[in-house]
Amino acid sequence: MTMTETEYQHPLMAAYWKQLNSGFPQVKEVFEDCMAEALAVLNREELSEYLDAASFLGRMGRGVEPILTFLEEWPSVAKALGGSALPMVMQAIHAMHKSPNGKAITPFLQTLAAVARRQHSQDALQHYLDIALDLMARTTGSIHGHHTTFPSPGLPEFYQQAPFLLSNLSMAGLKNWVEYGIRNYGNHPERQQDYFSLQSADSRAVLQRERHGTLFADVERKLDLYLRALWQDSDHLVPYSTAFDELRKPIPYYDQLGIRVPDVFDDAGEIAGLDRYRAVLAHMVGHRRYTSAQIADNWSPFQRMAVEFFEDCRIETLLCREYPGLRRIFLALHPKPVETACDPETTSCLRHRLAMLSRALLDPDHGYTDPALLDFVQRFHAALAAGESSTSEIAGLALSYVAKTRRQSDQFAKIHFDDTVIDYRDDNRQMWKFIEEGDEEEAFDAERKIEPGEELKGLPPRHYPEWDYHSQTYRPDWASVYEALHPSGNAAKIDQLLQKHDALAKRLKRLLDLLKPQDKVRIRYQEEGSELDLDVAIRSLIDFKGGATPDPRINMSHRTSGRDIAVMLLLDLSESLNEKAAGSEQTILELSQEAVSLLAWAIEKLGDPFAIAGFHSNTRHDVRYLHVKGYSEHWNDEVKARLAAMQAGYSTRMGAAMRHAAHYLGARPSDKKLMLILTDGQPSDVDAQDERLLIEDARQAVKELDREGIFTYCISLDPKADEYVSDIFGRQYTVVDNIQRLPEKLPELFMALTK
Amino acid sequence: MTDKEQYKVRKEPFYQAQGKEVQLYEAAYRNRLPVMVKGPTGCGKSRFVEYMAWKLNKPLITVACNEDMTASDLVGRYLLEANGTRWLDGPLTTAARIGAICYLDEIVEARQDTTVVIHPLTDHRRTLPLDKKGELIEAHPDFQLVISYNPGYQSLMKDLKQSTKQRFTAFDFDYPTPELETAILAKETGLDETTAAKLVKIGQTARNLKGHGLDEGISTRLLVYAATLIKDGVEPRDACYMALVRPITDDADIRATLDHAIDATFA
Repeated sequence: MTMTETEYQHPLMAAYWKQLNSGFPQVKEVFEDCMAEALAVLNREELSEYLDAASFLGRMGRGVEPILTFLEEWPSVAKALGGSALPMVMQAIHAMHKSPNGKAITPFLQTLAAVARRQHSQDALQHYLDIALDLMARTTGSIHGHHTTFPSPGLPEFYQQAPFLLSNLSMAGLKNWVEYGIRNYGNHPERQQDYFSLQSADSRAVLQRERHGTLFADVERKLDLYLRALWQDSDHLVPYSTAFDELRKPIPYYDQLGIRVPDVFDDAGEIAGLDRYRAVLAHMVGHRRYTSAQIADNWSPFQRMAVEFFEDCRIETLLCREYPGLRRIFLALHPKPVETACDPETTSCLRHRLAMLSRALLDPDHGYTDPALLDFVQRFHAALAAGESSTSEIAGLALSYVAKTRRQSDQFAKIHFDDTVIDYRDDNRQMWKFIEEGDEEEAFDAERKIEPGEELKGLPPRHYPEWDYHSQTYRPDWASVYEALHPSGNAAKIDQLLQKHDALAKRLKRLLDLLKPQDKVRIRYQEEGSELDLDVAIRSLIDFKGGATPDPRINMSHRTSGRDIAVMLLLDLSESLNEKAAGSEQTILELSQEAVSLLAWAIEKLGDPFAIAGFHSNTRHDVRYLHVKGYSEHWNDEVKARLAAMQAGYSTRMGAAMRHAAHYLGARPSDKKLMLILTDGQPSDVDAQDERLLIEDARQAVKELDREGIFTYCISLDPKADEYVSDIFGRQYTVVDNIQRLPEKLPELFMALTK
Repeated sequence: MTDKEQYKVRKEPFYQAQGKEVQLYEAAYRNRLPVMVKGPTGCGKSRFVEYMAWKLNKPLITVACNEDMTASDLVGRYLLEANGTRWLDGPLTTAARIGAICYLDEIVEARQDTTVVIHPLTDHRRTLPLDKKGELIEAHPDFQLVISYNPGYQSLMKDLKQSTKQRFTAFDFDYPTPELETAILAKETGLDETTAAKLVKIGQTARNLKGHGLDEGISTRLLVYAATLIKDGVEPRDACYMALVRPITDDADIRATLDHAIDATFA
């Protein structure tokens, strides 16, 4: 192409163009500018590599976009991380080029500069590339296992989101987030796209969990305790998200619905995130204690702003009086504007002046020299010297400050914002009341009428996490549990069943009598006891007098043996219960009914608090939890009717049901809490392909319950249970091989457990 | 006869009255009415009883009640000797014989059926039957029964029977007001008022958390411990961590909150 050669007059530029060897006219348009930038940051070798790389991208057969983007972006990447980062980037590009993911190269290059600016070293960039390539390798589809043929659906989306992700996540957090996406949506292209483009709810939830900084969720209780302990205040704390509002950062505030705080705080210098939360809360408590609402209508926006600054300082002064240690935190978070930072000739300096004043009011060592400022600092302290002062008095001071320091330039559109934002202060919406309705009020909190007919039927679902053993983390709010009262049937059926087992019941009754608390039990033959056992003492004395060795165990003491056990019986009502038990005409369900009836009858006799519930599931979105008997109900016809109507269907998502049952059992005041789980197979559900998943989840649930002081015990009717049941329940299980004997086994087992 | 003098309170215990309790107690004693002192732990119940015994110049027999205590631990029992058995009076019997004030501390810790033995002593009969010995003791005219308990325990098991409760006149104690508590700390330990006031402030923060993870707030007794440590030269923050926070909770969140309160107070 002779034409192109002639266009560059400078021989060096012509040589570069030749090395690039590109025929795209679009490239030519920008080439010179790009080179100018590249020459500034790259040395000779790097420049040569740069051109070679661009040349390769141009001849890849993917159009003009890759080469164009690369030429434009690379100089700024090199500026951030050094030109020597090129080989690793090119390696990644080659890898993508060789796989079916060539389309992802353009988005990769587009965000590379933004990503690079977030990194501090080439190592970090390498980590990023590793994560990306790992994502690519694991989500690129293959049909026969030999040829990778389908491009990764999530990869381009991931590249597009990368700068945002990295601004919120550490590299480890990013890795976890990506892991989660690959694992859960690896086989589902549309969902995977949603996940990696941050569209789906759990994608955002996982992002939230992995964010750096102090998460509100982690410190919520501490903050609640802080409010109560230090300020004798308490309110509903509501976090708002800071991750998705890029343009306008929300500010903390409070209203009648609660206190709104950000969902995460990074450490600010030496001030920990938790202390930043505390500063926000302390400031709001100050308003709630000391601020009375002022009528806003007659004041200009400037005047109101000044009143807010003065009032904020007043309440903080009062707060520091109560807890002097707060001053350190406030001052560390309060910006310290430089006195000469704002030029009043060109810029509106009101914010700057007020921020300086605010600093000076709190910080005795402010070092500002402006006479008006010093005068008002002195007047402010004089007003507060006598007591708390008041919002209206301090407002008067603020107004005279505005009058005294007003400048023409305050009206300018260019406003000085640097170092004037005090981010622990709230938006002061409670400080103002408006007589006339204006357009400034927030109408969001106005009560909305609920349309008739929208009423909910039944209880809303409860969401429980599920344990993912691959990543050793919980999937947040994964299983939805719907609870309801079990439908009723004919109570007489249960009575018939009980009658059939009459002989067994009699035998059980004898066992029960042994088990009942006898309250006070005398323990005799004690060397040390509370009382002398006269019979034994006299016998000993006779022995002694007769020259034999006396028995020294002549005392007795008492022991009370009470029972304080709450029991929860959880029944697996999955489809497999409808099968006939081996060697029997009855289904497992019928046998279970008999067994449960006998057990319920026995426990009622014992007087232990006792509840029965059944569960089955149809994917994670629909776990049913059916109440058969509540703790406050007796073993009466209503309960029997529900038990009689028991039906089996669907699958066994055991973990969620156990967590839900624990929520009831845990609330019982008893010393000992026992959860019996009667099941006929391993945990499984139609939406869980990996059969270990639900087993591991159930095992995790058992651990959680154990931590809450709940003893879980499994009665398995599955002859093959040995393969998995000990993984879940450790040693706390029994496998009933002969299911026909379940009706007598179950109550016996219970008694043995609680003896 | 038992030596009365050994039960006397010899040195005046420091007690700062919070209200009219001293006069009221004196009136109850004049009429030998049984007294119940209620209040959270470490608020000065035992100190009050000790002080009143000193003021009235009467012997004081204190029994710390516990779960394993039986009626014979109160009334007395037969012991074995070389020549047979010998009866040994329990503290309650001794007090009734010599005319002492018998103080059953934390009575709810004892089981409910045990405490029934005090019933005949607490009504018009003022007698104590020793059924095992076959003796009926008429209480000495100076004898008085005082019990204390802490209603803060939210347990069905740890409460008094109505029949026991209704035999007593009662004082309801609580932690003193901040000013009074400051004065108490200063007097008891010799700490300066400003530091004492700060300790009281920290005590208040913990008391605000009662029912939110703390069963009881920081007691006056613990504040006195902290003040004693500070007086001994321990750095105030360390003294507070050691005497105020670590003893009362193992809950990490509460600990963090109280530690923060200490940092914020001792700035």
